Amino acid sequence: MQRIGVFVCHCGSNIAATVDVKKVVEVIAAEPGVVHAEDYQYMCSEAGQEKIAIAVKEKKLTGIVVCSCSPRMHEATFRKAAERAGINPYMVEIANIREHVSWIHKDITEATEKAVILARAAVAKVNLNTPLTPGESRVTKRALVIGGGIAGIQTALDIADAGYEVDIVEKTPSIGGRMSQIDKTFPTLDCSACILTPKMVEAAAHEKITIYTYSEVEKVSGFVGDFTVDIRKKARYVDADKCTGCGACQEKCPSKKTPSEFNRALNTRTAIYTPFAQAIPNVPVIDTEACIKFKTGKCGLCQKICAAGAVDYTQKDEIVTEKYGAIVVATGFDTISLDKYDEYAYNQSPDVITSLELERVMNAAGPTHGHLERLSDGKAPKEIVFIQCVGSRCSDDRGKPYCSKICCMYTAKHAMLIRDKYPDVNVTVFYIDVRTPGKNFDEFYRRAVEQYGVNYVKGQVGKVIPQPNGKLLVQGSDLLDNKQILKEADMVVLATAIEPNKDVRKIATMLTASIDTNNFLTEAHAKLRPVESPTAGIFLSGVVQGPKDIPETVSQAGAAAVKVVGLLAKDKLLTNPCTAKADELLCNGCSSCANVCPYGAISYEDTLVNDHGIRETRRIAIVNSALCQGCGACTVACPSGAMDLQGFSNRQILSEVDAICR
Amino acid sequence: MKYSYYPGCTLKNKAKDLDAYARASALALGFELEEIENWQCCGGVYPLGSDEIATKLSSVRALAEAKAKGQDLVTLCSACHHVIKRVNDDMKNVDDIRFRANNYLKLDTPYAGETNVVHFLELLRDTIGFDELKKRVVKPLTGKKIGAYYGCLLLRPSGILAFDDPENPKIMEDFIRALGATPVIYPYRNECCGGYISLKEKDMAKNMCDKITESASGFGADMLITACPLCMYNLNKSASKDIPVYYFTELLAEALGLKEEA
Repeated sequence: MQRIGVFVCHCGSNIAATVDVKKVVEVIAAEPGVVHAEDYQYMCSEAGQEKIAIAVKEKKLTGIVVCSCSPRMHEATFRKAAERAGINPYMVEIANIREHVSWIHKDITEATEKAVILARAAVAKVNLNTPLTPGESRVTKRALVIGGGIAGIQTALDIADAGYEVDIVEKTPSIGGRMSQIDKTFPTLDCSACILTPKMVEAAAHEKITIYTYSEVEKVSGFVGDFTVDIRKKARYVDADKCTGCGACQEKCPSKKTPSEFNRALNTRTAIYTPFAQAIPNVPVIDTEACIKFKTGKCGLCQKICAAGAVDYTQKDEIVTEKYGAIVVATGFDTISLDKYDEYAYNQSPDVITSLELERVMNAAGPTHGHLERLSDGKAPKEIVFIQCVGSRCSDDRGKPYCSKICCMYTAKHAMLIRDKYPDVNVTVFYIDVRTPGKNFDEFYRRAVEQYGVNYVKGQVGKVIPQPNGKLLVQGSDLLDNKQILKEADMVVLATAIEPNKDVRKIATMLTASIDTNNFLTEAHAKLRPVESPTAGIFLSGVVQGPKDIPETVSQAGAAAVKVVGLLAKDKLLTNPCTAKADELLCNGCSSCANVCPYGAISYEDTLVNDHGIRETRRIAIVNSALCQGCGACTVACPSGAMDLQGFSNRQILSEVDAICR
Repeated sequence: MKYSYYPGCTLKNKAKDLDAYARASALALGFELEEIENWQCCGGVYPLGSDEIATKLSSVRALAEAKAKGQDLVTLCSACHHVIKRVNDDMKNVDDIRFRANNYLKLDTPYAGETNVVHFLELLRDTIGFDELKKRVVKPLTGKKIGAYYGCLLLRPSGILAFDDPENPKIMEDFIRALGATPVIYPYRNECCGGYISLKEKDMAKNMCDKITESASGFGADMLITACPLCMYNLNKSASKDIPVYYFTELLAEALGLKEEA
């Protein structure tokens, strides 16, 4: 029998207001094995931990139960406290009487009863606990960054500057991401390319960084410190070592009708292309769906024209397999589809565009060479209406429930830039709320209103009505004036909601990283571990975690890098000792466990066993504890009850159930 | 193929054309509309009061009768379709209304929203198919530029009516194409004509109808088609512009070569 101490936490009033903690102490003190029970205001504080240490010493405790918050919050804290007091950390159990009791119940009598039951179950388990010792696993000192936008570039640079190897995998033919499509940045109005392209060059030139563009992560296995990743390098059909980036192939390519992804389909590109002039690497790719050579076998003009002999139609996809200690997800965002928002006439009129399309229109390298013009007839607009929150803060299933966070600022930026460059153009912005928290952000918005005379109207737009004369009638409401507005405009710009990149679900599944209902990756802790995934070794950078602007993305990218560096700096990681183990006397080598193991941790060995005096060689399941994640699937699958999870043995679990049902 | 058919009051007097051309066309296309017996007025307006039961009962009777015959219930008038489809949804999904309506009616078997309510246009689209309809057309309306006027009752609330995209519908345009004519897409085709407000505030109805007709002719429509007698009334009486408005069934009958017979 163990000598168990039970420590009941008030958590200020979080627990104590709903659970009678004194009563819990009184009842639990009578449980078999319990030799000490006390309560305290904050068990996690230094004074609380000291109480545990004192009790261990005075009462010669061999096991500890802490009735407190979720083990996700403080199990590690109390395990460390136990270790300092001289007890094996795996002799500690947490009874979660906050999230599972006080926060979800109102009635004190009921809550107290449930708290006692959970405490009793924890005591029953500790009675059967045995000391466990973690093993060690190695750390591959190399990081993988998925996504080559500003988030991925910044994370990679910071990791590389700390002295570790980093690979960036980018799906498109060039790094640069969304930021490379943006014309100017708020709140300083400096040119996006001027601050981004030096970083792209720095990443490409860094001796510690390897960039795989036009590549995708295909398979991930392993675990923190020791991931193995297959990267598919899609065939470019252009030899990157030979190509000089002269661009002659793109000039001559006769297939010119593919919508340009980079210019948001506002103009077209050739079949052999680099997405934009400052692309890194400056090596084109051939889009085989558009290429005449690939479709009909005729043409081959680019190969003929290439002086360097770089065009190679026989190139094949290549799989690169590499080992990593940490993986950063920086897959970024896209704007939502506007197919469900036909009231704004986006699909009906070329003069209704998204804000990201406006970035391309305003950009000197864009489809209109930076001239603000209507895409229907090339005429200069005189009236422009911006509509905010298109698909953001949406209560039905057409849009997104969240605020996209960046739209208020970029709309103010667009309005200001237009009023500055074209003072005769009137600009109206329809908004629900103007949200501009951030350093120098509100000042920026006020400048748009006060100095640049942008007309802000509080209210939503119900319909954009294309007129027979080519103009657009905007029907909205002015809530401050309490009236309907009908405004004739030449152009309408939609601040379209952003959403995580479509590929993120596939990637999250490969990484077993959790994802929320809006497809943003979940943090390990919303406040205290915002750049880590709950899956060890996976880190989050940029909009993949939630909407954010460039300054915030760069800060978070740096934070993710620090976490990666902290991991890579270690030579060994302690592994979870709660792994599966087969009882060789019960195991009959049936393979049921190996068939369900998601980590490939189980193999079979012919082992000499001594079964009550009978010595014979049997086929026995062997668990590789470095690979085992302790999920317990094998213990359920095992027909003979031979497989057991250390720290969560069948006996321990059943004793908890018995204690609850008593 | 036989269907239960709910014509509604207006189709028995003001909108006889809508009804007659539909019956003739249906017969020619190989399905029979069986007018349900002893149908009563749908009420014309879906009662929004959540405790209002009596005004929903006529719809439930019609729905239950179709159920007894094991047939889908076909409607023509936009208002009837709107009311019956929404009441049917209540009977299926709102426990309180279903319970109380059945208490009133004391039917042999309680009704719980089993009947499919199908608008005549949906029948053309989903059962016959516009490609097949196109093949049956004997007098294509080539050269006619027709604006489809949907109004609001067929489209909204879109979750329950589930007729078409409420902001950018296309069923009537596809119908027009099947008849060999050219659809004219104009932005006011899903806006309200004013409905019954024309009885009380003529100026408002005029304003609303003018927007519709001016937009339609501005985009080049020579005529409008509708499925709704009230829309027909407003577009004829309230709008300043004189643009011909037809029931869609009249053009259907014309294209099928049945107009004279009907």
